[in-house]
Amino acid sequence: MSILRLEHVTKKYKNQVAVDDISFEVEPGTIFGMLGPNGAGKTSTIRIITTITGPDSGKVFFENETLNQSHPARMGYLPEERGLYKKMKVGDHLIYLARLKGLTAHDAATRCKAMLHRFEALDWWNKKVEELSKGMQQKIQFIATIVHEPTLLILDEPFTGLDPINTSMIQDEIFRLKNKGVTILFSTHRMEQVEEMCENIILINHGKNVLLGNVQEIRNTYKENLYEVGFKGNLPQQFNGGLELVKQYDHTAVFRIPDQDTPNHLLQYLMQSGCEIHAFHEILPSINEIFIRIVKGVSHE
Amino acid sequence: MNSKVWIVAKREYLTRVQKKSFILVTLLTPITIAVFIFFMGWMMNAGSKSDQRVVIKDETGIIQQMAAEDKSFPYEFSDRNVQKLKEDYSSQGYDLLVYIPALRDSSTMSISASYYSREKPSLSLLESIESHLADQVETFRMRRSNIDQHLLDSFKARVNLENGAMDPNNPGGSVAAGKLNIIIGTALGFIMGFMMYLVIFIYGSMVMRSVMEEKLSRIVEVMVSSVKPINLMMGKLIGVGGVGLTQLALWAFLIPVVLTIAHALVPGVDPSHMTNVGSVNEDSFDNFSFHQAYDAFFSLKWWLILPVFIIFFLGGYFIYSSLFAAMGSAINEDMGEGQQLMMPIVIVVLCAFYMLFPVLSNPNGSLAVFASLFPLFSPIIMPARLAFDPPWWQIVLSIVIMLCTVWFFIWLTSRIYRVGILMYGKKATIREMIKWIRYSD
Repeated sequence: MSILRLEHVTKKYKNQVAVDDISFEVEPGTIFGMLGPNGAGKTSTIRIITTITGPDSGKVFFENETLNQSHPARMGYLPEERGLYKKMKVGDHLIYLARLKGLTAHDAATRCKAMLHRFEALDWWNKKVEELSKGMQQKIQFIATIVHEPTLLILDEPFTGLDPINTSMIQDEIFRLKNKGVTILFSTHRMEQVEEMCENIILINHGKNVLLGNVQEIRNTYKENLYEVGFKGNLPQQFNGGLELVKQYDHTAVFRIPDQDTPNHLLQYLMQSGCEIHAFHEILPSINEIFIRIVKGVSHE
Repeated sequence: MNSKVWIVAKREYLTRVQKKSFILVTLLTPITIAVFIFFMGWMMNAGSKSDQRVVIKDETGIIQQMAAEDKSFPYEFSDRNVQKLKEDYSSQGYDLLVYIPALRDSSTMSISASYYSREKPSLSLLESIESHLADQVETFRMRRSNIDQHLLDSFKARVNLENGAMDPNNPGGSVAAGKLNIIIGTALGFIMGFMMYLVIFIYGSMVMRSVMEEKLSRIVEVMVSSVKPINLMMGKLIGVGGVGLTQLALWAFLIPVVLTIAHALVPGVDPSHMTNVGSVNEDSFDNFSFHQAYDAFFSLKWWLILPVFIIFFLGGYFIYSSLFAAMGSAINEDMGEGQQLMMPIVIVVLCAFYMLFPVLSNPNGSLAVFASLFPLFSPIIMPARLAFDPPWWQIVLSIVIMLCTVWFFIWLTSRIYRVGILMYGKKATIREMIKWIRYSD
C-alpha cells in the first residue's frame, strides 16, 4: 500500500507544460526524493499534491483515496519560498497556523508549546517574528509544518538558508519523524543531499520523469564497473582481459573492468604483478553524475 | 461558512485593531474634524467682518445723521478738514478715507463719494461701504417722504413653501420641517456619500497592500497549503471590513462627543457656521431655530437609514475591496504597478462621487434612480438618497442587485487572486488577469 500515488499527472500553464505525465508511488514511512534542476516542475507537482492547484489530467491518490480537500490537513508542507508575518508573536503565529490545519485552540497551544520546548526555543514564545534571526525563523517554519503531526511531510528545499548546525538539527528531526512512521517527500535540486537521506527518488526534467527508483539500485544500474585502487609499488605496464586503466594519480588508480568480469580478477592481476594493495573499492556514480548523463543524453538525441 | 475563514478573519481583525496606528487614527480623526470645523467657523466669522478701518468725511451731514441711528453702521466719521485728513488719515490709523462732498442740488440728493487709500482696497470692502452708504440715503429719503419704517416693514412679504403632505403624526416637524428636512437630508446625504467614498479607498487600499505584502513575503505559500485561496481572501475581506465597521462605530460615537466638548470649551465660536459651507444656503438656514433643526434631525427615519447605510457600507466595501485584493495579488515588487492597475477602479469611484452633486440637487430624478441601482455606483449614491425617502422598491432592488454583484465579484476576483498570489516575476496586465479567471482549479 502506498501513501501517495500519482498516475499520469499533467499540468499546463499557458504555452508551457509544467508537469508532463508524471507517475510515482511513495511507500509509507520512507523518505522519497524528488529531484530536478530549478524550474523542472517539482513545485508544480507539489502544488498538485497539496491541492493548491488541480491537475489538467491524471489522478492523485492519498492513502488510496482520490485526493480531496480533507487530505491537506494530514500533510505538512514546507514551501521553498516561505515567509511569516513579521509583526506577529512567535507563539500566536504557531497557534494560528496550527488552527488553520484544523487543531482546536487548546490543542494548538499545548502542542506548539511542547514543540518549541523540544527545539529549545520556548523563550521565543512572546518575541515578534522580526526579532528572530533568519535561521530561527526557518526553525519556526519547520515547527509550523510538523506541529499538527502530519502523516505526509512535504519539504521543498528545506535546507536553503540554514547554517550547518540548524541543517543537521532539521536533518535529525526528519529522521526522527521517519522513525515514527511519517512519510517524507523531499524535493531539492541539491542531489547530494538526497543520496544521504532518501530510499527512493524521482528525477524530473522539463516536467518529465527521467528516472524513478531506489537510490542504490539506480546507482548500481548506472555503474560503469569502476574500481579505485590504492597501491604502493609499480603498476604493470600492460593489461589484458579487457582491464582498462582510466586514471592514475599519486598511488591511486581507477580501473574499469569488463561487464562479465569480477573485481577479484583485477585484484589477482594486480597482486601478481607485484603491487602492494592498500585500498580497493567500487566507484558508484553519484546521482548528480547520473542526472547529468541522462539529461545530456536526452538533449543530444 | 468555513471555519478557517473565521480564523483568518479574526487574525486580520485583531492585528489591525490592536495596532497603535489604528488607535491613533481613530482617536485623532474626531479631534482633527473638531479643529477643522472650529477653524472654518473662525475663518467665516473673521472673514465676514472687515478689519479695515474706514473714516468718512461727510460734508452733506445726511449720512452721519442717519448712521447715528443705525447700530450696524461700522465706520467712523471725522469732522476735520478734508485736506488735512487726506494728508494724515493713514498716520491716524485708518486704511481708507471716504470723502462725501456737500450736495450741489438738494432736491435730487444724488450723492457722489470718492475714496482715498494707500493700498488697493478689496472689492468686497468697497461694495460694503457702498451698500452701507446707500442704506443711509434710503432711510433719509423715506423720512423726507414721511414714510414710517413700520409701515414699510409691514409691506414686506415672505412666503414659506411647506410640505402639504407632512406626516400628521409628527407635529413637531410640521412648522418648517419641509424645507429643513431637505437641507438636513442634503447635508446628511453628502456626508454619507463622502464617507462611502473614503471607506472604499481607505479600506480597499488596506486590503490591497496587505494582499501584496503577503505575496511578496511569501506568507501565502505557507497559507495556501492549509486554506483555499478564496477562503483566505474572504477571511481578509471580512476581517478588514470588521475593522472598518469598528472604526465607523467609534467615530459615530466619538465625533459628537468631541464636538460637544470642544463647543463647551471654546466659547464664542459657533460650529453651526459649518453648515453654511457647501450647498446649504445661509439665508434659508437662518429662518430655523436650533430647536427645529434638532427636531427635524431626529425625525429622520434613523431606524431605516442606519441599517440600510450599514448594508450599503458592507456591499460597497466588498465590491471594491475584492477588486483591490485581485489587483494586489497581481503586483510584483513594484508599488507603481499597483497604481496603474488601480486607475480604472479610481475612475469609477470618482464618477460615483461626482454624481453625488447632481443627485442631491434632484434626489428622485432619473439620474438618481439609475445611479442608485447600478451596483458600482449604488453604494455611494443610495445612502445619500436615504434621507429623501426614496421608494422602498428602489431600496430593495438596489440592495438585491448589489448583493448579486458582491457575490459575482468575489467569485471573479477570487479566481484572479488564486493565480496571482502564486505568480512571480512577470508584470501582470489586466488582459492577463482576465485569462486567469478561465484557468481551471
